[in-house]
Amino acid sequence: MKILVCVKQVPDTNEVKIDPVKGTLIRDGVPSILNPDDANALEAALSYKDDNPDTVVAVITMGPPQSNYMLRECMAMGADEAYLLSDRVFGGADTCATSTTIAAGIKKVEGVDVIFAGRQAIDGDTAQVGPQVAQRLGMPVVTYVQDIKLLESKAIVQRQMEDGYEEIEVKTPCLLTAVKELNEPRYMSIGGIMEAYDKKIIVWNHEDVELSPKDCGLNASPTQVFRSFTPPAKGKGEMFSGSVQEMSTTLIQRLKEKHYL
Amino acid sequence: MAINVIKEKCKGCSLCVKSCPFSAITLENKLAFIGTGCTGCGVCVEKCPFDAIVKTEEEREEKDLSAYKGVWVFAEQREGKIMPVVIELLGEGKKLATEVGCELCAVLCGFEISGLVDELFEYGADKVYLADALELKNYTTDGYTKVIYEAITEYKPEIVLLGATHIGRDLGPCLAVKCNTGLTADCTKLEIDPEDKKIKQTRPAFGGNLMATIVCPNHRPQMSTVRPGVMTIAEQVVGRKGEVVALNPVFEEGDIRTKVLNIVKTIKDSVSLTDAEIIVAGGMGLGKPEGFEILKQLADKLGGVIAASRAAVDAGWIDHAYQVGQTGTTVKPKVYIACGISGAIQHVAGMQNAEQIIAINTSENAPIFEVADYGMVGDLYQVIPTIIEEIDK
Amino acid sequence: MYFTEQHELIRKLAREFAEKELTSEILDKVEETEMFPEEILNKMAKAGFFGIKVPKELGGQGADARSYVIVMEEIARVSGVASIYVSSPNSLSGGPLLLSGNEEQKEKYLRPVVTGKKKLAFALTEPGAGSDAGSMATTAVKDGDYYVLNGRKCFITMAPLADYAVIYAKTDMTKGTRGISAFIVDMRLPGVSCGKSENKMGVVGCATSDIILENVRVHKNDLLGEEGKGFINAMKTLDTGRLGVSAQSIGVAQGCLDEAIKYAKERKQFGKRIGDFQAISFMIADMATKLEAAKQLVYKAAYMMDMHQDASMNASMAKYYASEICNEIAAKALQIHGGYGFIKDYKIERMYRDCRVFTIYEGTSQVQQMVISGRLLKK
Repeated sequence: MKILVCVKQVPDTNEVKIDPVKGTLIRDGVPSILNPDDANALEAALSYKDDNPDTVVAVITMGPPQSNYMLRECMAMGADEAYLLSDRVFGGADTCATSTTIAAGIKKVEGVDVIFAGRQAIDGDTAQVGPQVAQRLGMPVVTYVQDIKLLESKAIVQRQMEDGYEEIEVKTPCLLTAVKELNEPRYMSIGGIMEAYDKKIIVWNHEDVELSPKDCGLNASPTQVFRSFTPPAKGKGEMFSGSVQEMSTTLIQRLKEKHYL
Repeated sequence: MAINVIKEKCKGCSLCVKSCPFSAITLENKLAFIGTGCTGCGVCVEKCPFDAIVKTEEEREEKDLSAYKGVWVFAEQREGKIMPVVIELLGEGKKLATEVGCELCAVLCGFEISGLVDELFEYGADKVYLADALELKNYTTDGYTKVIYEAITEYKPEIVLLGATHIGRDLGPCLAVKCNTGLTADCTKLEIDPEDKKIKQTRPAFGGNLMATIVCPNHRPQMSTVRPGVMTIAEQVVGRKGEVVALNPVFEEGDIRTKVLNIVKTIKDSVSLTDAEIIVAGGMGLGKPEGFEILKQLADKLGGVIAASRAAVDAGWIDHAYQVGQTGTTVKPKVYIACGISGAIQHVAGMQNAEQIIAINTSENAPIFEVADYGMVGDLYQVIPTIIEEIDK
Repeated sequence: MYFTEQHELIRKLAREFAEKELTSEILDKVEETEMFPEEILNKMAKAGFFGIKVPKELGGQGADARSYVIVMEEIARVSGVASIYVSSPNSLSGGPLLLSGNEEQKEKYLRPVVTGKKKLAFALTEPGAGSDAGSMATTAVKDGDYYVLNGRKCFITMAPLADYAVIYAKTDMTKGTRGISAFIVDMRLPGVSCGKSENKMGVVGCATSDIILENVRVHKNDLLGEEGKGFINAMKTLDTGRLGVSAQSIGVAQGCLDEAIKYAKERKQFGKRIGDFQAISFMIADMATKLEAAKQLVYKAAYMMDMHQDASMNASMAKYYASEICNEIAAKALQIHGGYGFIKDYKIERMYRDCRVFTIYEGTSQVQQMVISGRLLKK
């Protein structure tokens, strides 16, 4: 069994703050991390490998050369192989173009039986690339997966819904996107970190994955960013003072004045 | 639209490097260099004091897009009930259709659901494309993608709107690839450019820290998923009628590669955060899962429901269905009471449209107070019982 | 300067672990119950924190001294007591086995220790033999295939939790330090008992007690190394131990500095942040500068060990300086907190107590000064 996991290096958007005065992003010191949902996808693959030691777990990403660092992290968690799709022509890609590139990369990785990905990346929150890669590969896809049982030529998964879940049977090869309820990702281990640097990261550009530059990056992106802005902050309201009793009385008064109660 | 550096103007001040949310800019030979991480967001263009960074329109082949007409709304139904977000989409879709000057249509898929058609007309659909087949009884990615893709190919809508539900966010991306077009996820605002009648889609990005307005100039249809609870619901006109167009999908063996074995509901008391008028939400400041009990008391007293911040959900104190924020539910209640929630941007992104925000926190510096209409510094375990007493008076 | 990308990844691992697992909630509970959650120890073992430098063949991770320093520093930054659980298998309990154990002993005792399955205590100190280990009174008398041990060890970290202990005892009372031998003692053997747990000032949550030996019969297979070579084994073990304490010191000091900076930015008096007053800001500048100097000492000592250079004096310098300035930084950080530093609501109170022992255990500051000056004044 070979499981390929799609991963992405993202800025830890939880650490981003907005300058309250200037209204701009403060990005200093914001670390780059393995996208959280992707870590769940990788954990699912690794825990399958724990029970089935002849499993090969590979990770693939598209990104700048610095994504190497995250790939080492994946290997330090236990991934066996790592592929990096890196090329200047891949830049500026929207989800549509990204999925073309990743699908092309996956086709080059041999013997893949099943693909896991994170539901969405925290820098974009689109949840599109996973299902789009599956479409391009002509594979069935199940998104929002919170439980996976891999069987011979099929998988039984739970697909999370707003009010519960659906149990779904899907033929393999398929692509599954993971939510955080799927598992708790393991830490790297020190021994794993030592070994990660003995393994090789395979880097591919557009020629390696047989794509023409017009099918990559900005050139192949139907959507474009028209403009970006930081959301306007709502003005500060009234801070109550006094004892707990006094504050509570004032609050109820205000809500009654405004007919909320 | 590519971001380019005008080398002659660049002074190598590195302001753009610091401003780029995606760490895509580096200094090479003391000049700014736009790397592959660039998403074309344009933050750097505004930051550059020397006007050395510009956003340029790429030369593109003009395509004839005039054949595409009409605004479509995916009328998501579950177990024979139209999802609330559909009514919101019809409300928003009507506005867009009026501005563009075209009709508003709904696409309804399911089994024995023709009874829902009238509801869609009453909420503003001029036309309903109806696919009624046993294979469509439960949502499957393959089944729904096939039917709607075929309809799009045949009837060529200009704009397709889907609710950003677990189903819409599954279906949308697959349809977009099939139709070879763009899709903008989780939009919070849609507007029509008065000049070229194209849609401008605004969505939070970067964990809610940044808003981006996205366009899809050369591909049709223009597709968006829209966050539930954001748009205003359509007005119902009882007895309003429209045209039904039957789609007659034909399925072959192997078209649908997944099988729904079981549908399990896990939430006992239905958490309808999007519909709630009053929400009492708790965060890490509760200190323990039992803290939600006191919130529940207050919520019950006010006729509202409880909700939680991501941190409280991540701590395993409460089910993710209760989560409000960027990665949870977006809510728009009349009153939102944030208890022990610090007010991280991703939480605020999901509740800032509440009419009244009340914050209770022990730290006077908590960012939640920046968005609150009323703030109380204090221990929620003292404050909430006192509020309950006050209400009882 | 001293670190590779690999080391940075190890730092990332340790930092993430510390921040995610060692939450204030957990640490408060540890203080309250004086027990450290077994679940976290299991996770530490999985992450490889217990056998950092131990070769992979013996169940360890095959990393180096710098990696050990990094893990200790990052864990101690958040919790002093948690770092003791890391240091123990890596230095004091794993050390004697790694140095003098035969293959069989390493397999039997070291592997379970570095994989977190067993705990092993290091028992050198006695009521009458602290810094002066040569004056120990515990005896081991040969009797056929066995040694019979009698005596009392004190202040033994983790003794009540331990499965085994390395016990240093005199096989020859006439020879001073050269009469000391090391034994691996199963804590369940008849005649072994622990005193009651000490009521400590800091690093609460890691039980420390006496070990009492009354006619304990230890098989000769459990003699560690040769007879009479126990003292050398203990001293060499303490060499690595010193590096561990120095790393703990810079970790706790960093934690204190972080808290001080945070508080100085939050707290307002006389209409401005207290960090805007020079009295406070210069204190912080001082703290940061001394911490940086200490870090360089610690990292250099680790680097020298990795380069197989004699790092004995450098480890002493690192331990001496880092533990002293850690206490200084903790005191200043507490001072910056004012009255709030004196109550248990703020982390700094615990950190201040936790680091007090750093200038004392595994060779007091004064012993380190003896080592350093001894080296310099040697003829």
